[in-house]
Amino acid sequence: MHHLKTFYTIWLRDIIRFSRNRGRIIASMATPLLFLFVFGAGLGPAMSPMAGGNLSFEQFMFPGIIAMTVLFTAVFAAVSIVWDREFGFLKEVMVAPVSRRAVALGKVAGGSTLAMLQGLLILILAPLLGISVTLEQAVYLLLLMLLLAAVMSALGILVAARQRSTEGFHVIMNFIMLPMLFLSGAFFPLTGVPVWMEALANVNPVSYGVDPMRQVALRGSVPEIFLDAMRLHPIAIDVAVMFAFGVAFLVPAIWLFSKQD
Amino acid sequence: MVNSTGHMSAIQVDKLVRDFDDFRAVDEISFEVHESEIFGFLGPNGAGKTTTINVLCTLLRPTGGFAWVNGFDVSKQQSEVRNSIGLIFQDPSLDEELTAFENMRFHAMLYDIPRGEFDRRSDELMEMVDLTDKAHDQVRTFSGGMKRRLEIARGLLHRPRVLFLDEPTLGLDPQTRRHIWQYLHRLREQREVTMFMTTHYMDEAENCSRIAIIDHGQIVAIDTPANLKERVGGDIITLRTSDNTLAGIRLTEAHGIEARIGPEGQLIVEIDSGDQFIPKIIETFSNGTKPIEVQSVSLRQPTLEDVFIKLTGHAIREEQADAKDRMRQRGRLFGRMRR
Repeated sequence: MHHLKTFYTIWLRDIIRFSRNRGRIIASMATPLLFLFVFGAGLGPAMSPMAGGNLSFEQFMFPGIIAMTVLFTAVFAAVSIVWDREFGFLKEVMVAPVSRRAVALGKVAGGSTLAMLQGLLILILAPLLGISVTLEQAVYLLLLMLLLAAVMSALGILVAARQRSTEGFHVIMNFIMLPMLFLSGAFFPLTGVPVWMEALANVNPVSYGVDPMRQVALRGSVPEIFLDAMRLHPIAIDVAVMFAFGVAFLVPAIWLFSKQD
Repeated sequence: MVNSTGHMSAIQVDKLVRDFDDFRAVDEISFEVHESEIFGFLGPNGAGKTTTINVLCTLLRPTGGFAWVNGFDVSKQQSEVRNSIGLIFQDPSLDEELTAFENMRFHAMLYDIPRGEFDRRSDELMEMVDLTDKAHDQVRTFSGGMKRRLEIARGLLHRPRVLFLDEPTLGLDPQTRRHIWQYLHRLREQREVTMFMTTHYMDEAENCSRIAIIDHGQIVAIDTPANLKERVGGDIITLRTSDNTLAGIRLTEAHGIEARIGPEGQLIVEIDSGDQFIPKIIETFSNGTKPIEVQSVSLRQPTLEDVFIKLTGHAIREEQADAKDRMRQRGRLFGRMRR
């Protein structure tokens, strides 16, 4: 019972903090939108027509941009525990008589919720790009965002669990986040890429998030036949693989986080 | 836990060791803290003070030896230890985006304090630290002193029997430091709380019932501040002369006393009835073939600083910035940018 309360406390704190900082919410929308509109306007004309001319490059990237937002928000929320544990509220949590597993899970839940909300703020822009999203599609997209966010939060906690200083952040950024983003299919189709890239994309959890998001988001905006051609895996497989990655990250993450020095 | 002398002891530590890789941060220390005393750990940065606190509050596992807090073994009864202690950290651990009340509320949730009970205790504690009218303000609008007071109130919310304070006034201005101490003394009068604190401020250590002086992971002395100062003996005379080295030799020849050279090259003499000895020193220096010119003389009572120098052979040094200090600095910058 107390575990549930601990979990809720940690989650609630992240939600309150999020709701209180409007400046940060807007600021973290800036990068994805920059990618969307600058790449869209700059690279779009150079691209050969997609889906038989039925799909603009911005529209193609849009689900990827949502995934990117989710990825960054979730990982940063999780990695912030390094800072928080030395100089913040988490330090006080670590000496409280609470289960550290509940704390780690609360942190995953908090980071995931934030990432989903941040993704939702991008999703709202869909009509601007001429993408129509029904309520049903939106619900599916939110669930996919939440799943991807949970996988990435778990990865973030796994990376941060044993870190004692923030000095490794750039390493994490350059060697984990950016490669995962670039090899996710967010910015270009992964159909017909070189074999090595396909191999890397296949072990990249983010690619299993972008693929179903694109299928769901563009359904109804792009003829079925072109949509099928873009698909890497059936949605059920994407979801199953994300679950598997989630568990594979979460179990060691919780174990490392709970371990006493 | 009752010890051999019949005192109740709040903390008992026996040959405690803590290593980090091949560095021994705490080296076989043993001590005991009696119930409702203020026990101070005095020593430079890196002496092992924070490591000791972290072991006692179960954040770190001991490498060797034993420690009991409120009768609970820190290696085996971690939940019991955690439930019975409060902690004020060296670095603030408040959530600055939350209000003071929310910080208190979250603490109560983590310690499973029922709502009604929380309301009552929270009101009382916020009043004790004079923050009642700031309860619903965000903590980031608070001054350093207000944050510390809030942390003290929060640390007491679950009624701990031992309160750990790691450098409780670090980075605060002298006036605020005095203020914090007023609160801590008030607290000690109002409720029976044992306090274990670390500090590298000498004047702050004076507030303690007893002090352990720690250097390089070892305890070099444990006693009351008054008894420790008695070990220095008499008064302290500090001299600046035209030739401090020669002056030292002349004092030894003429009076048989060993003067030592202080950190800034000044000559330091420990002696009883220093006021009567100063004329003799000046007389000694003006005699002889090569007179020594006295540039300044000062006479004072010994401080804990003198005790520290006498016991360890060096002053409490300012350490170079370590990785954590760099993080701290970046944090300040980061904090500013975020706002």
